[in-house]
Amino acid sequence: MSSQLLNRIGLFFAALVFVSPAILFFLWMISLSLKFEIDNGAYPPILIPERFAWSNYAKVFEENNFLLCLWNSVLVTGTATLLALLIGVPAGYGIARLKAERSAVVIMIARMTPGLSYLIPLFLLFQWFGILGTLWPQIIIHLVVTVPIVVWVMIGYFETTPMELEEAANIDGATSWQVFRLVALPIAKPGIVVAFILSVIFSWNNFVFGVVLASRETRTLPVAVYNMLSYEQVSWGPLAAAALVVTLPVLVLTMFAQRQIVAGLTAGAVKGG
Amino acid sequence: MSATTPEQTGVTMQATEGSQTIRLAPNYWPFVVPALVVVGAVIVFPWAFTLWMSVNRWTLGQSRSFAGMENYLRLAGDPRFWESLVHTLSYTFLSVVTPMFLGTVAALIFDAKVPLRGLLRGIFVMPMMATPVAVALVWTMMFHPQLGVLNYLLSLVGIPAQEWIFNANTVIPSLVAVETWQWTPLVMLIVLGGLASVPREPFESAEIDGANAWQQFRYLTLPMIAPFLMIAVIIRTIDALKSFDIIYAMTQGGPGTASETINIYLYNTAFSYYDIGYGSAMAVVFFTVIVALSFILLMLRQRSQWADAEGK
Repeated sequence: MSSQLLNRIGLFFAALVFVSPAILFFLWMISLSLKFEIDNGAYPPILIPERFAWSNYAKVFEENNFLLCLWNSVLVTGTATLLALLIGVPAGYGIARLKAERSAVVIMIARMTPGLSYLIPLFLLFQWFGILGTLWPQIIIHLVVTVPIVVWVMIGYFETTPMELEEAANIDGATSWQVFRLVALPIAKPGIVVAFILSVIFSWNNFVFGVVLASRETRTLPVAVYNMLSYEQVSWGPLAAAALVVTLPVLVLTMFAQRQIVAGLTAGAVKGG
Repeated sequence: MSATTPEQTGVTMQATEGSQTIRLAPNYWPFVVPALVVVGAVIVFPWAFTLWMSVNRWTLGQSRSFAGMENYLRLAGDPRFWESLVHTLSYTFLSVVTPMFLGTVAALIFDAKVPLRGLLRGIFVMPMMATPVAVALVWTMMFHPQLGVLNYLLSLVGIPAQEWIFNANTVIPSLVAVETWQWTPLVMLIVLGGLASVPREPFESAEIDGANAWQQFRYLTLPMIAPFLMIAVIIRTIDALKSFDIIYAMTQGGPGTASETINIYLYNTAFSYYDIGYGSAMAVVFFTVIVALSFILLMLRQRSQWADAEGK
């Protein structure tokens, strides 16, 4: 009895050791974002300052373009995700029903390909089309990220949904489209949620496409934060505040949808071999 | 590969025919065609185009001319490329081994009945979802030689201050630390999935036979989760080879070229020097390296599965 209790306490501390790098990192991030310049430069470092510098956050939003970049991020991620769902959910259904597992190889290859090798040819193509100043290049290239994720998650999901209902609807004279829309799709809702969340997160976090394709007016948030770091000698407080603002939506999503994310990632990963 | 096969098979016909012998399968191709078109446009076309560009002399803003294998030969004799290959391989090796070890141990812990398991696992997973650029920015501050919190923490245990990403000798291990911090959770999740599929019975009989915890792990758990470990190794290898955000945002390949991986060199070639032809050749070789390594790992996995099957 008591040895079992000791065991559990030991396990808890072991788990705490493994979780502590994450806890300490995010705590320190918050601390940096809430300190004035003097406190951020203090030695030994201060974790909780006497005065909180909420003005760091105000500075981030006053920063020219920050709200515009936020809006750009929302537009790029939102459009790329919606397009991916529109295309990818039916595709996942078709591939699962056709039992065309080999087409999944395409997705695997897409995963292996470095993002930069899409960028060179598509960059030229966008230049020829004369759409480099708009958000479309980024929306289109984000499909490289979002479509494989959605198709991948949906294949896995449709493979596990029962066929009997669909067969029954077929015999009753429903077309394949009706079967898909009225029978398969409603059952697949949880799968679509997983695909949506993962697609949003990985599109939102993407940096390399923006750094090449974005101009001043079409910057997404990760690029904006990177530019703050490299070009402007901003103090640490506002920089950390900006970093926190960028990653906060994703972290909140992770917190609330932890179970779905874990299910989606492990399913995708485990099938990945 | 944009196959044009949207044949309008009479899907409704089967209903009227209704015979038990001939059951016309519903036509699923129209569902796949839009995705095929998109994949063709944004994935397959760029590939074909990259191959074509790689055999051309082409710097942006200048005229293009056919070059044959010139770019590839230039690559073979480019010391900076070989150096970046070495950086890539050492970065990848460390970024696979460390998260694999830590992630497996973490999975074993989270598989047990830890108090507050859900909450702790939720926090543990957060680094891998956080925006890489934001993560890189905060790590850069923590690595700061004078004001960084890491050197302060080291001083508490009596270790002298380090220069981390600002020193050519420590830059790759420092970047690997960030990569490990971010991606150990994915390994943990995959291995945790493996542990969930392990049956209870063999452990009960092993217990009766007096096997200790290490023996149970070594001879029961480890072989059973081996396929999952292999999947984690493959995914980690692909991701580490391709790593860009963290390295670019923190060091841009520096100091000097001390942390310049192929991916960073490729970026500089194509988008700083606008040498599109040479950059494309590099992209082709880089992709070949990734596929070759993944293929070797997949072969190893297949072989271990056969060995398992024969053992049974």
